[in-house]
Formats: sequence, C-alpha cells, structure tokens
Amino acid sequence: MSKKTLMAGNIAIAEGAILAGCQAYFGYPITPQNEILEHMSKRMPEEGRVFVQTESELAAINMVYGAAAAGCRAMTSTSSPGFSLEQEGISYMSGAELPGVIVNVMRGGPGLGNIGGAQGDYFQSAKGGGHGDYRVINLAPASVQEMMDLTMLAFELADKYRNPVVVLADGFLGQAMEPVVMREPVTELPSKPWAITGALGRAKNIINSFEMDPVNFPPRVKLLLRKFKKMRRNEVRYEGLNLGDASLVIVAYGSASRSALTAMKMARQEGIPVGLLRPITLFPFPYEALSNLAQRINDFLVAELSSGQFIEDVKLAVGLDKRVALVNQYGGVPLLAEEILEAIEKMIKQPVGG
Amino acid sequence: MTKFSISELDTVLYHRPESLEDYPFHFCPGCGHGIVFRLIAEIVDELNIKERAVCVACVGCSVNSYHYFNFDGLESAHGRAPAVATAIKRCHPHLVPFTYQGDGDLAAIGTAEIVHACARGENITTIFVNNAVYGMTGGQMAPTTLVGMYSTSTPGGRKPSLSGYPIRVCEMLSTLDGTAYVARVSVHNPAAVRKTKQAIKLAFRTQLANLGMSLVEVLSPCPVNWRLEPVKALEWLVKHMLPQYPLGEFKVIEAVAALKKGDRLCTKK
Repeated sequence: MSKKTLMAGNIAIAEGAILAGCQAYFGYPITPQNEILEHMSKRMPEEGRVFVQTESELAAINMVYGAAAAGCRAMTSTSSPGFSLEQEGISYMSGAELPGVIVNVMRGGPGLGNIGGAQGDYFQSAKGGGHGDYRVINLAPASVQEMMDLTMLAFELADKYRNPVVVLADGFLGQAMEPVVMREPVTELPSKPWAITGALGRAKNIINSFEMDPVNFPPRVKLLLRKFKKMRRNEVRYEGLNLGDASLVIVAYGSASRSALTAMKMARQEGIPVGLLRPITLFPFPYEALSNLAQRINDFLVAELSSGQFIEDVKLAVGLDKRVALVNQYGGVPLLAEEILEAIEKMIKQPVGG
Repeated sequence: MTKFSISELDTVLYHRPESLEDYPFHFCPGCGHGIVFRLIAEIVDELNIKERAVCVACVGCSVNSYHYFNFDGLESAHGRAPAVATAIKRCHPHLVPFTYQGDGDLAAIGTAEIVHACARGENITTIFVNNAVYGMTGGQMAPTTLVGMYSTSTPGGRKPSLSGYPIRVCEMLSTLDGTAYVARVSVHNPAAVRKTKQAIKLAFRTQLANLGMSLVEVLSPCPVNWRLEPVKALEWLVKHMLPQYPLGEFKVIEAVAALKKGDRLCTKK
C-alpha cells in the first residue's frame, strides 16, 4: 500500500500544482485559501520556480496570462470575491487560447459574505462567468486526495485544450485534513511552439484575442466552440454510487456530496433505496448520465451549498416530467446529512403529482 | 521620371528598421504614436535584441502594436500590461519585455499594476504615451487631461470641482524605490524626437543591465481629438502640455547614470 501523508485540502492543491510542473504561481491573500499562497511562497522558490504575491486578483490572473503566454504552466488561487475579479482575465485567456489553472476555494456570498465554505459561484464558474462566448472546464474535488489529483489533471487539460481550467473547491474542503497518497511528479511538459519566447530562429509569435474587423471574429469563436464541443465529448467525469437499485438519486458535488454520501447510507439503513450521482466536472456537465438515469428514475434530490444554482442543470438533464427537489444551505453554512435525509424522507412520502 | 533601384544608389540613408513590419499604421494624420513605434524599432535593432524583445500591447490606440513590430508580441487586458510583462520577465529573464501604454490605460484603469510593478522594481520597461485624452474611444477625459481642456466628456472644459486634477505620472512613480530610470520626453519637434530616442534607449539598456524598472513618458499630439490641425496641435502641446508636464529625467539611479556617462565618453571618442 502506498504511503499516505496527512494533509489539509489547501496544501494538497499547492503540492498537486508542484507535482504537475507548475512553473509560476501568482496570488493575493483571501480567506479561506491563504494556505495555498503561503505554502507556495516557500515551495516555489525551493523548486527554483516563480512566485509573486500580487497587488490584487486582477494582477494575479493577468500574470497567469503572461506566464501562460510565455509557455509556462501557471496558476493562481483565490476565493469567491477574488474569483469575480478574475473573470475578465479568464475571458481573455480563453479568447487568446492560453492554458492556466485557477483554483477557487469558494466562500459565502454575495458581497463580502463570509469565510465559511459555500458553492455560490456555480453560475459564474460553470457557465463561463466573464464576457463573451467561452467555457472553461470546471473540476470539483470532494476529498483532499481529489484536491491534489484534480489540480494535477487541471494542468494537463489546460494544456490539452489551450484553455483555462478551474478547480472549484470550497472552504470546508480547503481546511479539511485527510490522508493523501502522494503522486509521481510530472517530468515531461508539452512543447509550446506558439508561446512568447523570443523570435529566435522562427517567425514572430503573436498572442491576442482581438480582431479589428468584426467579420474576422466569428471564425475565431467557431474555433473555440469546436474545442468546447470536444470537451463535452471527452472530458465528462462523474461518480455514481448505488444507482442500480435506486428509486431516488441525490445529485451533489464537492463538500455537499460528502454530506449526501452519509445521508444515502443512513437512508439505506432505513430501507430507502437511494443512489448518489456526483459530477466531478461541472463543465462539461454530465447531462447524458443524468438523462439516462431519468429513463427509469423519477425522483432526484439536489443537495447544494447555494440557493438553487446547480439544480438548474440537473433539471435540464432529467427533464420537466421528473420530480427534482432541492435541499440546501448557503452563505457559508454547512449542509448536514440529517437535513438531506429529512428531505429524502419527505420526498418519498409525497405521492408523485402531489 | 527616372526610376532607381536601391542597388544603383551608393548609400541607403533611411530605411525601415528590421524590427518594424511593412504593415500600415492605423493612426490618424498628425498622431505621434507612429514616431514612437519607429524609435522603438530602431532601438531594438541598434541594441540587437530583436530575438529577445517582447511587446506587451495595451488597450487603446496602440492595441495593434504586435502587428507593427517584427518580433514577439501579445495583447493585454486594459491597464494590465505591467502585470503581464512582470510574468514574462520572471518566467524568462533573458527576454526583454516592454509595455506600450496610453494615458487611460496606465494612469486610470491600470494605476495599481504600474505602481506595483514599479514598487517591486520589476526589471521591465514601460513606454507611456501621454496625449491627454482617450484617443481610441473618441476623445473623452483622460487622467492626464489638463484643467480647462475640452474633451467629449468635459463639454465646458475640465473643471477640478467636478473631475479633479491631471496626474503627473513620472513625478509620482519616481518616488518609488523600485524605479531605476524615469523620464518625460516629447515628440513635438525633431530635436525633441532625438531626445526621446535617447531616453527610450537608456530605458531598454537599464533593463538589459538588470537595474530595475524603467519608464519613459512621451508627450504626443492627438490632433483629431484635440480638434486641431496637426501643426497647431504641436504648438498647443508646447504651449499647454509642457508647463503641466515638464520634460526631463525624474529618476536616474547611480548605475543608470553610469550607463549614460559611458555613452557620452563613447560619443567623445
């Protein structure tokens, strides 16, 4: 059995980035993800890599843009209000086809909200968030191990598609301590002949997202759309548990899915056949998996740490003729397994159509 | 008319710099940007850094910078060029990134990025073109618009009671310890253009010698948005901008002064 190390979620993200060959990290302090910035301030120089504490999240995301343009694996980490500020830069990165990893350890909102864990950034993260027609792959970890593994995967997918990738975690996971199996470091990074490295022995390289003449822009967008289509085809990831005999399926991601897992076990002890579908990618969303489930299952219970954002995609997937109920918390408060169990019992008791 | 081919002539006195593409500038008649672009291209040739130079373009009239230069270049979001250049330099210290920014880009939306790039003493170069208006968007008030000056968003002229005072960027940034070379120059006549070239060249040499942040502010005419004929615009620049924005060097750290001194000695020989 592989050796395990006890680690906090935020540290697992930082170490995952280092293992993935992250060459440059830029960040601005914001709770509840400060441990990533602090850890990187020590580890990146140790590894001979770039670390800059920036004057704002705006500077951070634009430094990621610059480092990515220069052909480096680059990352920033932030929490919800900072993520809002970074949306412009993420749009530029997608438009200019630059890879990069943005970690968002979500907290309560809107506004300044609070530093508790939440999932209120679902819309702005899974749907693009910034201006214009673009999408970014969203990876949603539900354990400290996944904080590491999905951060590593994020770098790989960013380079594969030349598009930013978001690791969408939350404050509860960031602070959670769990044993982690350390992964092997990535030693070979992909070559990037398009990057800004100086026009030595080649024609000049240009990186931009701008076309003076509007007629020239749709072809550029079409190119992006083809990539997003490929992501939808190739990158959908989810975990299904106890779906075979289930009459009710809980749909949840991130730390909400952990409460859902416990609720599922409690319900099964009571003899209620409950299953769990946990999207790991929020974009691309596992529409097909859910829509297939809906062919034989009528009841879906969405557990989320936001006020009914994630549920919209579940409804879209299962169709209007299915019962889709919501059990949630928001604003930085955790969702307890008992609350989910109560919602399950209520749903089971209620007759269809009632 | 007799036609000559270049080979028939003895000496080429004036030619397009290697670092400047054969790509039409899109600037309005009488605009100063074209002069600054040519100077940068000449300097990149003279310093033999075409294969290391990186132009970080801004948003505004110089948005197309990377098309004009014949070396690597990229776009940056409005005001963020110093952050982008910071990352490029940190990742590849052998490259020579410079930002080319207007007054709206640098002195309004991008104040945080330029101030902190200077405070960190990033080893990058900024060319800051000040024409006292937002040019690309049609002549609105810029952070550098003079008191009393007309713009499309200050219909009766800029009133301090309503929209405050113009920012003197060089004076402000030269107070930061991370700046190595800060100078203000102008392109209103040939002598001024020569001085502009000297300043920009010294700024690049400051970076090549790893001495810290270098910034050159260039006062430049915008006849279309100033509603003046090109020659009148130059006269207006001298009469109104020079008193508000005095030319000169605002910060020359000792090591940069030594570079300069070396130049003078070479010229004497």
